[in-house]
Amino acid sequence: MNNKLYGNLIFELSHSGRRAYSLPENQFGHHTLPDFCKREKDAELPECDEMTVVRHYTNHSENNFGVDNGFYPLGSCTMKYNPVINEEVASMASFTDLHPHQPIETVQGALEVEYNIQRALASITGMADVTLNPYAGAHGELTGLMLIASYHQQRGDKKRTKVIVPDSAHGTNPASAAVCGLEIVEVKSTSDGLVDVNDLRPLLGDDIAGMMMTNPNTLGLFEKDIPEIAKLIHECGGLLYYDGANLNPLLGAARPGDMGFDVIHLNLHKTFSTPHGGGGPGAGPVGVCEKLIPFLPKPHVSKTKDGFVIEDSENTEEFSTANIRISGYLGNFLVILRAYTYILTLGKKHIKEVGPFATLSANYIKECLKDDYELPIDTLCKHEFVFDGLKDKSTGVTTMDVAKRLLDYGYHAPTIYFPLLFHEAMMIEPTETESKDTIDGFIEVMHIIAKEARENPELVKGAPYNTPIGRVDDVLAAKHPILTYRQLINDTEESV
Amino acid sequence: MAKVIEGLYYSESHEFVKVVGNIGYIGITDYAQHALGNVVYVDMPDVDDDIEIDDDFGAIESVKAASDLKAPVSGKVIEVNENLEDEPGLLNKDAYENWIIKVELSDTAELKNLMDAKAYEEFCAE
Amino acid sequence: MIHKFLPHTSEDIQQMLERVGIKNLNELYAEVPESIRFKGDYDLPDTMSELEIRKFFEKLGQKNNKLTCFAGGGVYDHYAPSVINHLLSRSEFLTSYTPYQAEISQGTLHYIFEFQSMMAELTGMDIANASMYEGTTATAEAMMVAFDNAKKADTVLYSETLCKDIIGVLKTYAHFHGIKLEAIKAVDGVTSHADLEARMQEGGVAGVIVQQPNRYGIIEDFTGFADTCHDKKALFIINSVTADLALLKTPKEWNADIAVGDIQSLGLPMGFGGPYAGYMCSTEKLMRKLPGRIVGKTVDSRGQRVFALTLQAREQHIRRQKATSNICSNQSLMALYATIYMSIMGKEGLKEAAQISYDAAHYLCEQLLNSKRVKLVYDKPFFNEFLVHVEDRDKFFNKAIQQGILPGIKVDDDKLLIAVTEKRTKEEIDTLVGLL
Repeated sequence: MNNKLYGNLIFELSHSGRRAYSLPENQFGHHTLPDFCKREKDAELPECDEMTVVRHYTNHSENNFGVDNGFYPLGSCTMKYNPVINEEVASMASFTDLHPHQPIETVQGALEVEYNIQRALASITGMADVTLNPYAGAHGELTGLMLIASYHQQRGDKKRTKVIVPDSAHGTNPASAAVCGLEIVEVKSTSDGLVDVNDLRPLLGDDIAGMMMTNPNTLGLFEKDIPEIAKLIHECGGLLYYDGANLNPLLGAARPGDMGFDVIHLNLHKTFSTPHGGGGPGAGPVGVCEKLIPFLPKPHVSKTKDGFVIEDSENTEEFSTANIRISGYLGNFLVILRAYTYILTLGKKHIKEVGPFATLSANYIKECLKDDYELPIDTLCKHEFVFDGLKDKSTGVTTMDVAKRLLDYGYHAPTIYFPLLFHEAMMIEPTETESKDTIDGFIEVMHIIAKEARENPELVKGAPYNTPIGRVDDVLAAKHPILTYRQLINDTEESV
Repeated sequence: MAKVIEGLYYSESHEFVKVVGNIGYIGITDYAQHALGNVVYVDMPDVDDDIEIDDDFGAIESVKAASDLKAPVSGKVIEVNENLEDEPGLLNKDAYENWIIKVELSDTAELKNLMDAKAYEEFCAE
Repeated sequence: MIHKFLPHTSEDIQQMLERVGIKNLNELYAEVPESIRFKGDYDLPDTMSELEIRKFFEKLGQKNNKLTCFAGGGVYDHYAPSVINHLLSRSEFLTSYTPYQAEISQGTLHYIFEFQSMMAELTGMDIANASMYEGTTATAEAMMVAFDNAKKADTVLYSETLCKDIIGVLKTYAHFHGIKLEAIKAVDGVTSHADLEARMQEGGVAGVIVQQPNRYGIIEDFTGFADTCHDKKALFIINSVTADLALLKTPKEWNADIAVGDIQSLGLPMGFGGPYAGYMCSTEKLMRKLPGRIVGKTVDSRGQRVFALTLQAREQHIRRQKATSNICSNQSLMALYATIYMSIMGKEGLKEAAQISYDAAHYLCEQLLNSKRVKLVYDKPFFNEFLVHVEDRDKFFNKAIQQGILPGIKVDDDKLLIAVTEKRTKEEIDTLVGLL
């Protein structure tokens, strides 16, 4: 990385008097803002010319690695190809320029998109209806749990305040439950990596609101006891929640609704190809079974004989479970539009190939690498699997080292140190959009790194070498937080 | 091998109490600081707060982990170790020397339920 | 037939199956009980080619009416410089994940640091996080920060002058999180300080939430509000329209503890409701209570200044149920959008756009009032949005729609909430007035 200019912050390129904008002349006469509400000091935003801004961000983009740059085997994140046509559709002015408060007669096209994808997602997951309002996966989880809590509350079943979460669950599961005011009960996994049904039974009772599961779970294993688990949860009066982070391998193979799940969330930015955008925006639609439809958040799109309408209700003085609101409007519409484009591009036939191909690729990588890397649970996996570090641990080369060395070879690292069940976890997910050639290239590099770890461990421990920057001092960042340019300047002055 | 000091009281959640008269100095053990790694922040209660046994009275953060501080005894906080605000890493240097809070014990009988050095050493070895 | 997103040839499939030691794709699901295998077809259309996709969406798009926008209510039709979309389409930004691997994510980490810095400048606050979903949920998160920050207090107060979308979300989150949520009365379209003081005297308040400009576009005077809150150890939270902060007294100057809101007004497309992004800024004291991602400065092994995700001990992947929030993403790309917007507009451009919006709104308001068929509901200072009574409101509204103009948002049976930005020309404004 050229730190002379392109490592700069935009503030450091600012010169008083430069401009990068043009606005029409003010034709409305000057009106004066009252004194009581004027800001005293200007916001110190940068002052640059247009080309400086363009170069600054163009050069910074080159210090980034996206799916378009190379293989991204980041477990649990489903880093599949983000189709370019999605972007084209999502930038059409006939969609981007709509105000969310336009009269419904003037947004029938947008409502049709929302309605149709609600139906498409319902069909793909086997649920009765879907809300598109949640803005992200974790937001979907929270919404789903609110619906479960509402269902019990509305029946006057007030004792149900506990949610069962497997010990292998994503961290968001317990966090979402806590935000929803529910208590977490953990259920253990068996040595095969599946929910221990015997450990589950004694936890069940009339205080259980429900259970959250990911299937396949975070180890990439299909929870084959799911029919029995669903039966047990339903018998005790609870509802079953599906964390859709790992839905990809099930496209064409199985549906959460058929497994007995009552409420699910999906990550459109995983399974349905919308770009991750460096951390968002995503979208986390929630699907429900018939009995939870009355609790679906408002507003909600439905179809009548006169066209598409927005079901809404006025805010009441008191909160009511018939008026759950978790968003300003109808979700991240332009993200939803991308996902709809993807679904239509695949169509009913090819969407069924997604799961099998993703699963085949994961198993293939697993089989090719298990001689060099520790495979704690040696069985058929789904879209991803977890290694517990290198098989040969004698050299002290850790999962972190392997991950960093991968960057040198032009690959993104797998998800590391998750799930927490293994100390050296390394979670690999290839997705169906990677060709066998790419996958073979990755396998070869993983073998090379294992060999390097045996023969020259220090080399691997010092990685990465070919990246714009070296390993980062996380301790300094957290111990002495510098979070803004102003703090950075003050800090530099202090140390001088 | 983590250090254990004679004469202190230890909890299963790896806090220690050093008792001087009716004053208790509460901190985390050497074993705990090892497990956490580089400590970057210590969240402490306010002076005059009443803490109840087994309640969380603060938290310790490292880069990759966070651990709540669980009160091994009840009492009123009479001092917090302000050195830790600027230099949380002191806990890594010497966990026993750098106590976190000083409390006026409200019930010395509670100490009976804590482990002594030998018992704690065995507990850590498990 | 092979699909363009699925590179597996039958030869590839055969070789991979052999390596895995199974005979066909079906065997990949051997452990899935037969009773739950999906054997049918999804209720979806057939595969579409790219040409068909384009046609399909062009047709759908034609079912929407593009209107000249005088609506606001939290979403404003501001000008977006062309540079933004050009840079946003860089796929290194677009197709990357959350910047966990700092070595190959400095692009993302740099702009998030810039975003945090700019939001701190605009709000005047010490620090900012890497962005939230959008404004309503950011406000709810601020409510939860206040609640969790208080040792015993269990009530959060909100002004009746908050946008109703925000109130709806606050009520939902409060209900499930176990927060008592109570309204502070509005008098003449602004938050009643007297009612706030009276309610604070009763005790138990963890935080107070107000909005600037408020749901009617009115600029409120929060003099004394922060002291009233701080006397009782409650946090003072202001939700502001970001673009207006270029000129308006900042949350910091009102002595707020937390500043939140939506950044949509920084030129983001209205996009029928999203994606936008929220922001949350605070005092340094609340740094470790903030939800969401935060980027900080540090150094790398080569001694270079670099940026990385930090203060992660707050987050769900470490704290699980004890995390400050369940949020594990930020609206990174939208934060980039706003960062480039603020870089292009800069210190002067942001002020100029805000001033033109202010002037244009006041010009329109004057013209409407001159007609004698329109009356201001509240005679209070406003920024670029105002609430009026309009004679034969619905007739006027429908006439405007027919002319391709969205004249505002309907409020009650006879009022209209009208917003104007720098994008509206004098001609457009005069046309609207002419429809009266």
